[in-house]
Amino acid sequence: MGNTPYWPESASNWAQGVDALYIFLVLVSVVMCVLIFGAVAFLSVKFRRKPGVQPTAIEGSHLLEITWSVLPMFFFFAFFLGGALIFFHERTPPQDASEIYVVAKQWMWKMEHPEGPREINTLHVPLGKDVKLIMTSMDVIHSFYVPAFRIKQDVLPGRYTIMWFRATQPGTYHLFCAEYCGTQHSGMIGSIIVQPEAEYQTWLNGGSSSVPLAQTGEKAFAELGCASCHRSDTQGRGPLLAGIYGRPVALEDGRSVMVDENYLRESILDPGAKVVAGFRPVMPTFQGIISEEQLAALVAYVKSLTPSSGQAAGAAPAKAEKGPPQMKSGSSR
Amino acid sequence: MATAVLPPQQRTNYLNAEHGVKSWLLTVDHKRIAILYMLSITFFFFIGGIYALLIRLELLTPAGDLVQADTYNRLFTGHGIVMVFFFLIPVVPAILGNFLVPLMIGAKDLAFPRINLLSWYLYVIAGALMLHVIITGGVDTGWTFYTPYSTAFASPKVIEAGLAAFINGFSSIFTGLNFIVTIHRMRAPGMTWSRLPLFIWAHYATSLVMVLGTPVIAITLVLLVLERVFHLGIFDPKLGGDPLLFQHLFWFYSHPAVYIMILPSMGIISELIACFSRKRIFGFNFVALSSVAIAVLGFLVWAHHMFVAGMSVYAALIFSFLTFFIGVPSAIKVFNWTATMYKGSVTYETPMLYAFGFLGLFTIGGLTGLFLATLGVDIHVTDTYFVVAHFHYVMVGGVVMAYLGGLHFWWPKITGRMYPESMGKLAALIGFVGFNLTFFPQFILGYVGMPRRYYQYPPEFQVLNVLSTAGATILGIGYLFPLVYLLWSLRYGEVAGDNPWNAAGLEWKTSSPPPTFNFDVDPVVDFEAYNYDELKEIPVER
Repeated sequence: MGNTPYWPESASNWAQGVDALYIFLVLVSVVMCVLIFGAVAFLSVKFRRKPGVQPTAIEGSHLLEITWSVLPMFFFFAFFLGGALIFFHERTPPQDASEIYVVAKQWMWKMEHPEGPREINTLHVPLGKDVKLIMTSMDVIHSFYVPAFRIKQDVLPGRYTIMWFRATQPGTYHLFCAEYCGTQHSGMIGSIIVQPEAEYQTWLNGGSSSVPLAQTGEKAFAELGCASCHRSDTQGRGPLLAGIYGRPVALEDGRSVMVDENYLRESILDPGAKVVAGFRPVMPTFQGIISEEQLAALVAYVKSLTPSSGQAAGAAPAKAEKGPPQMKSGSSR
Repeated sequence: MATAVLPPQQRTNYLNAEHGVKSWLLTVDHKRIAILYMLSITFFFFIGGIYALLIRLELLTPAGDLVQADTYNRLFTGHGIVMVFFFLIPVVPAILGNFLVPLMIGAKDLAFPRINLLSWYLYVIAGALMLHVIITGGVDTGWTFYTPYSTAFASPKVIEAGLAAFINGFSSIFTGLNFIVTIHRMRAPGMTWSRLPLFIWAHYATSLVMVLGTPVIAITLVLLVLERVFHLGIFDPKLGGDPLLFQHLFWFYSHPAVYIMILPSMGIISELIACFSRKRIFGFNFVALSSVAIAVLGFLVWAHHMFVAGMSVYAALIFSFLTFFIGVPSAIKVFNWTATMYKGSVTYETPMLYAFGFLGLFTIGGLTGLFLATLGVDIHVTDTYFVVAHFHYVMVGGVVMAYLGGLHFWWPKITGRMYPESMGKLAALIGFVGFNLTFFPQFILGYVGMPRRYYQYPPEFQVLNVLSTAGATILGIGYLFPLVYLLWSLRYGEVAGDNPWNAAGLEWKTSSPPPTFNFDVDPVVDFEAYNYDELKEIPVER
């Protein structure tokens, strides 16, 4: 039957804050319950029917009404603030977090480490390091839930959702799918293995000699002919990609957009949706041509490009003929 | 005051005015329609209950061993659809509301008696369709029908189940429309808004939500069918749609639907506490207006179901903030009900015990709602058993407790007979204990991390699940027991008299059961609601 836990394990930077807020809520609730149930019990016994005693007509009291309408609001505001602070922090991943791509499908989790290793239904993470998960689904909505980390995030098809955490306790923890996804929903579970840095490095280096994700992306970038337009000089028909991640860019229609994983993803699958100012909508879609894994690799590669590193693959326009159908209308701007 | 001189069966009343199946199936009497609803809704309650029992039995052990995974998914989907659409939403308005709204305002019937009958037929057609879905295999989408699972995957019965919910929605819209017009136009002379019983205020607020909210779920279900059948890209990203759009539309109705369920129950509790404390409700205006406030605010908080769904951070912050506000009118009600007993003359008949049960369970349900409104905590507990426990405390603890309390309270009016008091008290107690044993462990289970809709689970969660299943058994007895003794009382119950509780309110000023057109003499109202101080005589101890 196992040891019955009455409190979840605590293994991430979120656990303490969430637990503290939860305990605060429990305490306030218990006090409220004692007051209300106590009042109900007291009043119903003290004013129980007695022979010859008539009830007294009472209309109410504005003072009391206002008191018990306003007083709870202070507590509500405290709950709101506490919850909002944690939430806002949860939705703001640190810049230097190591990024792991997660692809969910009925009924399994695939994880891709930036260093290359891939795992199914198991995720190794280093102790004390910020980890950011970039997640998408190949079919229906799933939800990545690690109770010991007090965090969950739905994983949607057609877009990336993000979550981040810092593991604080070595060990093995449950990974659950928390959004109902069909027959084997309750079988879509796995383990999060938190290891001290050295052990984690050993794990990374062991196993197959896998290629880092960005490098896989670089290869795909070349093979798909991306480099023929996204050149490392500024003469390409597509925008220069080096250093573009994490910055806002102006769009052709006058809006501007933050270049994040979702924008990169959209620009590969639906290039006409948000065209960068000064460029023509000449890029063909890669929807149906590349897999989620290749897409993740491409995104990881584009993000790895910095202005100083230049675009390694960019100087190879000759490879263009190996790419997908060339855009006919594409004339230089 | 008219006393029951003749035994009820010898006076002409709505039950014996006509005989035969046809006189029932073609009736336009709101009281008979209420009885038709009572029979059909009770039937669906037990269907939903059987589902619940099978779910709890499967969860007795960590392994999936009683049924197949797909069967389990159909069980919880069936439980949700049947209980939400065919029990919780109609139970109070369509049964007690139908029976009491005209009686309480001194009208002969609802404004549109034939539309009222049509509402029941729509309910029956929708129910028959749902039964067909159940018998031919069921659906496995969950009652929430989330896309793209429901449009691109899931079993082929989705369209039929959606159609059942769609048709049932119109039943709900017509009932709401009928109540709004009736309450505006058909009040007896002297029955001003400030003299309306709180039960009527609650039903008025509920009707607003029914009329304004239900069309949205109807539209949503149509869009879902369009995507499933014609592959129009509305919700499925593969077709160019947005899955979050579905969730927004779905909860835009389904969150206010929670208030369709709970508001009429709050109306019942106001009546019960006033009667068994022999007092006007403390802060009458605040309690009346808080119903309207809940109805309005209820439309502004839907996205609190979606904090982890991938919504923008700022949207989540706003919806969290607004959600706390809806706690205020609910809290006002609880405080005022409690304060009503101050300097009252409290007795503990079965309806009052149910009202106490409601106060306990609704308070816990409401307070745990605050946990879920709190963003950081919600991220951890949403989609776990914490949520399951929370909404059962509100929707079962609240609604079913209030309904049973109201049913016992007005049973003598509806049938002319008293229920057996000691059995009533025992059933109320069994239900309360069974409920808490079923659902309280689920709060702990949720915080520890057990996700909802899980067919099998890690072994460390078993102890709490066993407690919950044990509680469900007791709860089942607590619900079956009243069915038995209430049926018994139809024949053997003590003859009730017109006003066995010596209660205020127009419904008690006519005979039990009432005549077809409710009042032999058209009532004129020259007293305030809950004028218990004017009803000096204290009834004989029962």
